[in-house]
Order: sequence, then C-alpha cells, then structure tokens
Amino acid sequence: MGDASTVEMSRDDLRRDLVEGTEAAAQKGKIAPLDENELDYLEDMFACPSRIWGVERGHEAVMTKDGSVNTLCSSRLSSGVAAPLSREQAVRLFETAFAYDSMEVGHLDYSVKPCKFIATVEQEHMELLQHITILPLFYGFMPNLGLYYQPDGSFPNPSDLLPLGKIDEARRAQEEALEACQQDTVWLSKQMVDVAADGVNYDTVASTGDAEFLATLRACEEVTKTTDMAVEIGMAAELVLGFHGELEYDGVRLAGLWPHQQVKLVEKAGAAIFGPVVNNNSKKSCPWNVARAVTFVKACSEVTTIPIHPNVGNGVGGVPMFEVSPIDMVTRASAAMIEIGRADGL
Amino acid sequence: MGMAHGLASSIGGIKAAGDLVARMQLKKMRLDEAKAYVAEKLGVSVVDLSDSTLMRTLREELDIGVVTAVPGIAKGLEAKVRIAELLDIRINCVERLKRKMGASRDLAPSSS
Repeated sequence: MGDASTVEMSRDDLRRDLVEGTEAAAQKGKIAPLDENELDYLEDMFACPSRIWGVERGHEAVMTKDGSVNTLCSSRLSSGVAAPLSREQAVRLFETAFAYDSMEVGHLDYSVKPCKFIATVEQEHMELLQHITILPLFYGFMPNLGLYYQPDGSFPNPSDLLPLGKIDEARRAQEEALEACQQDTVWLSKQMVDVAADGVNYDTVASTGDAEFLATLRACEEVTKTTDMAVEIGMAAELVLGFHGELEYDGVRLAGLWPHQQVKLVEKAGAAIFGPVVNNNSKKSCPWNVARAVTFVKACSEVTTIPIHPNVGNGVGGVPMFEVSPIDMVTRASAAMIEIGRADGL
Repeated sequence: MGMAHGLASSIGGIKAAGDLVARMQLKKMRLDEAKAYVAEKLGVSVVDLSDSTLMRTLREELDIGVVTAVPGIAKGLEAKVRIAELLDIRINCVERLKRKMGASRDLAPSSS
C-alpha cells in the first residue's frame, strides 16, 4: 500500500487499481491516461513475484541526488542513519561504493537561509571534493520560503494572516519575502560558481506555494543568464499551491500548475533539469499510486525539451510513504518511471 | 532507498558511463541524445554505456577514472580534464584549473 504496508491483491484488483490510478491523474491534470500496453507492463510488473524489478538493459537512466549525503550522515532527514562519516567520505562512497551517476554537496540544515551564514565552509567542501571526485557534483539546498516568515524570519506569516481574512496583507508579505529568498538563492548559487560546482539543485521548490516558485524561477533565470552554472529545479508537490494566487511568471499564473505545465516555465527560466513530483495517497495501493504518478510524468516528458528527473523519495513518485521503503515497491516505481514515464533520470 | 533506485535504473556512475551521460544532461540533452552523444565519443554502442565489464576496461584505456582503486589511473581532477577533452565540453573545475595555471585566456570566474 502507499503507506508501505503489505497487501495481497487478485489480478483483477490489481488491474482495477492501475486503471483507476491513471484515470485519477488524467482527470486532475487533464492529460491522457496510460494506454493498454502500458497498463499491461505495469500489471505484469506488479504481479511478478520477484523481489527486485529493473529497467530493461539499455534503458538505464541518470540518477541525481537531492538531500546530499543526508541519507548517510543525518539522523532523520532522508531516512538518515547518522553514520560517523564526514561529507567528503560520504560523497566518495556514493561515487564508488554506490556508483551514483552524480552527487550533491549540501548542508544538514538544507535550506538557503541557514546555509548563507556558513557559505565559506560549503564552498570549501565543494572545492576539495571537485579535486578528488570524477562524477558531476551539484550544490543543493531548498529555497524554503517558509523560513522567511515569522517566527523564523522577519516577514509577517501569511498562514497567520489568511485565517484573519487579511488577504491583501498576506499577499504583500509573500511578495516581500520572495524578493529576499530570491536574492539569497542567487547569492548562494554564485558562491558555488566561484568554486566550480558542476550545478546547483533547488530542492522542494514551491513548498510554500506560488511565491516560492516565483522566487526560484527568477533566481534560476538570473543565475543561468549571468553564469555558466547548470540549474536543476526539483519540486515539492505535484500542484503549485496558491497561497498568493495572483503571481505570474512570463504571463502565466503559477497557482494551480501541474507538472506538465510547471516544466515549461522551468525551461523558460533556463534550468537544465526538472524534477517533477507526484504525491502519493497512502490509503491507496502502490499500483494505484505508480499508475497515477507515471501518467503525470509521461505527460511532462511529452512536452519538455530538458531532461526530467522525477522525485522518487518517500511518499512521492509511487514510492510508499514510510521511513524504510520496501525494496520491491521502490524498484518497481523506479523502473516504471523510466519505461512508462519516459523520464530521463530520477 | 536511493540504492534501490540505483540498482533498478541507474547507468552506474563511474562503474560504467553514468557520469558521462549525466554531464551531457547538464547541457540540457535528454537521455537518448545524451547517450548517443557519449556513445559516439567513446566509440561504443548505446547499450554498452551501462555495461560495467566493457566500461571498466574502456575507462582504463581512455584513462578517465575507474571505480576501483588502481594506482596510476587518472583520478579526480586529472580524470575530469581528460573527460572534458574526450566529450568536447567545458567542465567548471577544469576551467578553473586552467585559470589557476594561467593557461586560459578567460582569467575571471564565470560569475558576475
């Protein structure tokens, strides 16, 4: 199930869930559902008793990593195991022992606001790792506009203002805060340009809605126009929430955009890679969730000109929402994204 | 979980040609185009890119870094200098090395 619990299903129940999952995506996103051949592939995949599933030989794709080495070094972030490793050691393990295609340097407190204050430390780690690694190395962080609002930040909190009916005040607060977030994102990105990072990854974008999405798109535009830095933008959720509701980028209103619409703006902003997100429903089965997720990703893949790397972490992209993910479901979600979703990576 | 994704779907990093294809995606190439580009530069087929047996030998021959610890084979920045030349691309740290050595006419960092 979407909460990682085990369930037994008949073949008919499996097919029904796959059909309902893809139709759920098609209805919400106003996109095409999966065809019969694609549903047949998913049905055979989920019905197979094998523990592990994978892509067909020759169909392998590129992995990019958000959250840096937090899987090893942190205590809960990215299901971390608090291994007694430095970031340099952990990155080298990801390169050699785990054979990742690319990797990321990032701080445990993975947001732009706290990272600003220790930027020189972050630069130092990037510089040192660029000397000893071969794979492409990103610097990753979350714009995380929420940290700019009170009590963590200085701007009034729209979550406090909106229940009071202070809609105009809430919008002004978001408009001002997003400027600060955008400036910080550009500044930190340029620090990484100076130490020759291969790219920057803006993670969980639009976690606080359309204002954060706008800040990130503008930051990406400035960084890509003024430097050679490659930018990856990974979203936080499948739909851009309209906390403001009236913000636009390039004449397109941001509130209510689905992945296949988000990617067109990310392209215009100059990003090199886009990471769409499709949220899980933990009360539905994994087949339902995977069918729904790959339907959205396939629609995104059909319109994009840049590589797409769907997020396939806990609770997104068909991967169950649980701290320790069942390997049979993770490998199936993984392969489905590539084979049916036509993703360029994960 | 990331390991599961890697086993299921990854080209295989420097064990194969995953890092090379990833670098082409940074240039906005989609997967098929990026694979075709790298395969052509390496003189192999697209299917060969994920063949860790073939790529381990080829990477040693090309001296572009291998996944196992072998003295004498290019590592880190050395390997990336060779990768940049092989793929005919700019790699930021390689350009920075050239600047530090005074070997590039582009003497300023590429930020403004």
